[in-house]
Amino acid sequence: MIEIFKTFVTVALGLGAFLAVMVGLYWLASQLPEPWRDRARVMVFVGPALVLLVGGLILPSLYTGRLSLFTGPNANKWYGFGNFRELFTDSDNLIVLRNTVWWVILVTLASTVIGITIARLADRMRGEPYAKALIFLPTAISMVGAGVIWNFVYATKGNDPDKQYGLLTWLWLKAEPILPGKQDPHYWLQDREFFGFHSSFLPGLNTLFMIVVIVWIQAGFATVVISAAMKGVPDDLVEAAKIDGATDRQSFFRIVLPYVKGTIITVATTTLIAVLKVFDIVQTMGKGGQFATSTLANDMYQRSFPLSQPGYGAALAVILFVAVVPIVYVNAKNQRNIREGR
Amino acid sequence: MASTISTPVDATVGAKGGAQGGVQGGVLAGVNGPNKPPDLTPRGSKIAKNLSSKKGSIIVWLIAALWTVPTFGLLVSSFRPETQIKTSGWWFFFSDPSVTLDNYRGVLDNKVGGQPFTEFFLNSIKITVPGAVIPIFLAAFAAYAFSWMKFWGRDWIFVGVVALMVVPLQMTLIPLLRFFNSDFFPDKANGIPAIWLAHSIFAMPLAIFLLKNFIGSLPSEVIEAARVDGASHMVIFMRIVLPLSVPALASIGIFQFLWVWNDLLVAKVFGGGAKNQPMTFAMVDMVGSKGNEWQLLTAGAFVTMIVPLIVFLSLQRFFVRGLLAGSVKG
Repeated sequence: MIEIFKTFVTVALGLGAFLAVMVGLYWLASQLPEPWRDRARVMVFVGPALVLLVGGLILPSLYTGRLSLFTGPNANKWYGFGNFRELFTDSDNLIVLRNTVWWVILVTLASTVIGITIARLADRMRGEPYAKALIFLPTAISMVGAGVIWNFVYATKGNDPDKQYGLLTWLWLKAEPILPGKQDPHYWLQDREFFGFHSSFLPGLNTLFMIVVIVWIQAGFATVVISAAMKGVPDDLVEAAKIDGATDRQSFFRIVLPYVKGTIITVATTTLIAVLKVFDIVQTMGKGGQFATSTLANDMYQRSFPLSQPGYGAALAVILFVAVVPIVYVNAKNQRNIREGR
Repeated sequence: MASTISTPVDATVGAKGGAQGGVQGGVLAGVNGPNKPPDLTPRGSKIAKNLSSKKGSIIVWLIAALWTVPTFGLLVSSFRPETQIKTSGWWFFFSDPSVTLDNYRGVLDNKVGGQPFTEFFLNSIKITVPGAVIPIFLAAFAAYAFSWMKFWGRDWIFVGVVALMVVPLQMTLIPLLRFFNSDFFPDKANGIPAIWLAHSIFAMPLAIFLLKNFIGSLPSEVIEAARVDGASHMVIFMRIVLPLSVPALASIGIFQFLWVWNDLLVAKVFGGGAKNQPMTFAMVDMVGSKGNEWQLLTAGAFVTMIVPLIVFLSLQRFFVRGLLAGSVKG
């Protein structure tokens, strides 16, 4: 009981302090003589946000850029581009880059394609909003929660097929009669090989199984956005094509898809940026990047904080930043095209 | 960057009426050969016949079922007795249904880092409410200034704010943590204000951008009229702009609320020890230390998900708008 009370007090204190600061600043501004009063009032409105942006985003980013050239536990030893050299040459670090590339390619492709497929198939079908809501539901829950849900699906316990509680493992062992070869119990999330095939370019099976989870989360977003765009395709366009003898398939690929192209690009770039920063899933399902499952954002956290290599962590953040910029550029250009009617 | 607050998602609801034509049809495509006379039936029924074939809707429902099974399995398992969870799949629940709340009792008392899970639930509330309210209001103030106040370099500063959306929050973690741990920041002992501040910073560019789009498009006559009547900016903002902006504030606020509630990274970096951590932290810790105690993990995961699920089910329209508008955050 006392804990709940404390929670309310903390929340009230936080909101109260915020309110008091805003009101106090405005009151102070109002005490000033003209012409300072108006300028000060403007500063009360826009100042706090600008302080946060300059002090919380711009200056720290510049500082991180500087840190990436240093090494040591306090990042105070000049290292030049050493961190970046390590990033692109050391074999463990290359695994991180390789995983991130596969994450980005596979999740973006899969969730966009699934989104388009469902949006097309579900269009005007009976119960469409309910089916879409079910597919959309995973978007609401945390990636940590999603990680636990799928850890449970992938769970393996012992050798007895009848005692398996992980759905995937149970299906795998029960499928023995119809699958070739012998089905041994498999620890999916510890398998760093690509279907038994060891390669430095291909992702491990465990990474693929984590990718499934993000596709599961992102596909609903793609579906809802693309579906909304498809509803905006003018009827006469499709109708005219039909009259000219186009089949359904043709009118979909030649008219509907080109019409919603801009939306698809937006969905793909949005997904891409989200996937580049994937962190929670690797923390929850890969125990923070063990068994060769780490990604850029996960490694950035691990190196900067638990492993005390802030210089290297800063270099990873810089790489992330450099990777995001062109994607945002494409997206912004695409948005402008949409607004100007392409 | 989905740039508008009122997205076309609402069309989903509107288009439903057209689908009443029927679900018959069977064949997906290719019935209208070139030699057939044009069929001029109204589009609604025709499209419904062609596209919404039975095959298509079966596939959609199969995918929907596939998407739901993992969550459903977790929910069912969280109510099964421990011995059953650990020895048989949840799909056997239906042949031998026995229900218990012990798992929930167990997980709420379960200690992570020396404190019970309930504490983490309360921490999530402590972090999330101000972590969502403060940035939204700060952004609303700034959006008002960018829309309706005149000051030097206004439009260029706004462009700069929007450009900051490019910065991944990873770029700021190390320096910000150093700042929060330094003597310049007054609250070293209690990490929760640091988390509020961090979330406020990261929310700012997108929230200002979206709210400026909304507040800037309010009818200027209303605001000019109030100016002529001698109302100050603060009065206009509080009495006119905020009430008119409720839909936008709600959408962005709900998105920010869920973003903070579901966040792991920001809390983990800035929250210090377990004392200030949200439930996501406790879950990850439990996965690491009690990875096979599924009676705790299933119930715990469901406790972390309950608030987002309620928001999703009850405020779906706002949720979708906010998500679409805010999906590039971070």
